Amino acid sequence: MNLADLPAHQLAALIRKGEASASEALEAAIDRVQAVDGASGALDGDPKDADGVHAFISLSTDRARAQAADVDARMANGELPGPLAGVPFTVKDIFTVKDTHTTAGSRILANFKAPYTATAVSKIEAAGAVILGKVNLDEFTFGSSNESTAFLPSPRNPWDLDRVPGGSSGGSAAAVAAGEGAFSLGTDTAGSVRQPASFCGVVGLKPTYGRVSRYGLIAFASSLDCPGPATRDVTDAALTLNAMAGPDPNDSTAAAVPVSDYTSGLEDGVKGMRIGLSPDYDQITFFNHESGELESQPLPKEIALSVERAADKLSEMGARIVENVPMPQTRYGIPAFFVISRVEAASNLHRYDGVKYGLRSNAKVDDLRELYRQTRAEGFGSQPKLRILMGMYVSAAQYSEQYYQRALRVRSMIRADFDDAFNQDGAHKLDALLTATTPTPAFAHGGLYGDSVLMQYADQFTVPANHAGVPAISLPAGLSQERLPLGIQLIGPDFSEGKLLRIARAYEMATESDAWRSERPKVLADL
Amino acid sequence: MSDPISPEIFDHLVDLAALKLEEDEADYLRAELNKQLKAIDELAAIPLNEKLPLTSHGVPYTAEIRPRLRADNWISCKNPEDILAQVPQVEESYILVPDIPHEELK
Repeated sequence: MNLADLPAHQLAALIRKGEASASEALEAAIDRVQAVDGASGALDGDPKDADGVHAFISLSTDRARAQAADVDARMANGELPGPLAGVPFTVKDIFTVKDTHTTAGSRILANFKAPYTATAVSKIEAAGAVILGKVNLDEFTFGSSNESTAFLPSPRNPWDLDRVPGGSSGGSAAAVAAGEGAFSLGTDTAGSVRQPASFCGVVGLKPTYGRVSRYGLIAFASSLDCPGPATRDVTDAALTLNAMAGPDPNDSTAAAVPVSDYTSGLEDGVKGMRIGLSPDYDQITFFNHESGELESQPLPKEIALSVERAADKLSEMGARIVENVPMPQTRYGIPAFFVISRVEAASNLHRYDGVKYGLRSNAKVDDLRELYRQTRAEGFGSQPKLRILMGMYVSAAQYSEQYYQRALRVRSMIRADFDDAFNQDGAHKLDALLTATTPTPAFAHGGLYGDSVLMQYADQFTVPANHAGVPAISLPAGLSQERLPLGIQLIGPDFSEGKLLRIARAYEMATESDAWRSERPKVLADL
Repeated sequence: MSDPISPEIFDHLVDLAALKLEEDEADYLRAELNKQLKAIDELAAIPLNEKLPLTSHGVPYTAEIRPRLRADNWISCKNPEDILAQVPQVEESYILVPDIPHEELK
């Protein structure tokens, strides 16, 4: 047994029983990083380097060793450690951690050392977990493949190093899949935890908007951003959500909702629950370059089958499968996201100006406005620039009614679809909706990057939950013919994480003995 | 149909966004913006439900779950030196910048 391969709950149990130490757990994770990760992301790194997972931007081994030694010392003193005591984990480099570099995957923040720690990170550390390092992401989380990071090489998929790990929390999902830390803290604005979790064969949870504080999270789209964990299994998703959820005086959008124990009742099954399937999640939309139009086609067969199989399993366990649930606004999720997220991103990115923190251009400039322009030209990659420009266009006074106001109304209509589906006095009375997480398995590195429209449509099944604010979880659900992970998604009503996790755990238990569960990412084959 | 974002509109956006672009990058970004607008144009055809309220985020916060606002009290910054340590150019606690462009008011 290698400690690096254990889920957090098993590792924490071993440490609590004294059968392993926090330091041993940490060293196993560090050894794994050395075995599989290769070069960490750097501004002058080689973009073509495909020799390793490249999940990390920075490792904080000294800090981690001190933290692990502290856990071991407290254990030796007979103190009761926290529920995650001694578990090594990674943090998407979009969260501030005091006195460590926090780059957002961008050149403009490459030298930024955070003067405070994000609430979600503090809470996980307070539960005893140990930060192994900061993992790579799309620049400012703008992307679905991780290729837009300024820190190269960008992360690769541990199941096939020629594929992307997804994004924007690609470093997080890749690290968890490869045993580089038991879990990772990511963020999800359109699917940025769930989509990479699906691509890398791990569990990814987007909690309800406001369930987890955003304090210390470098903002993309403030009305959609949700911190959430990527984990090895469902129990770990429950355990980590226990640690990070809750109100926060530093975030006025963190909801004042008490935190349940999400591990309680986790294995109580799905008997009597109503789980929906929607024909509106059976179609994929894509941009046809030849016709220049958006087109639809049925979901690829192996992905559709993974959803059907999951429905059958849940039905066998006593859930009632409700078919033909209409979710007619689903297809407008991406167009509305193009507008809302860009307006918010443009606003959030105005703070990077070379004056207060981060990069300041060394070019000779005559005045302050030239300094702004020069700094932003040098500091931002093409994806932030694209988002700023689109955000400014669609929110301009003469276009706002046509685009931004309309998109906000569409968001309310997407929300209304979910309200109807989950209404306990309505026609469907769902406890959860079951869908595919992504329209395809992991695509090739270099396959889509640069095509900002097609890349955005990778999130077409995940973004509706962000618009509606409702919680959703992605679960591994088998392997494609090419031995790439497939993911299914469960979406539930506001603050129903407990129930979603229970359904997810039931599915996990029902598929425990499936052959695909024993397959491991290629990168672990010789270990 | 001509691109909605013409080179002139694009240059104006670049100026507003306080950016500066190389020609290749400008060509790429303008093409992508026009492609994105095609996707966004789908929204134009949707009959809107005007009865639904616009919200600042998806989840409706009832009075029970809305976080209470903090008391409006002045609190001093505990670590101003840590904040100033982030500033690219600073002198005696002042942030230095190049000349600030201004126009004389008539």
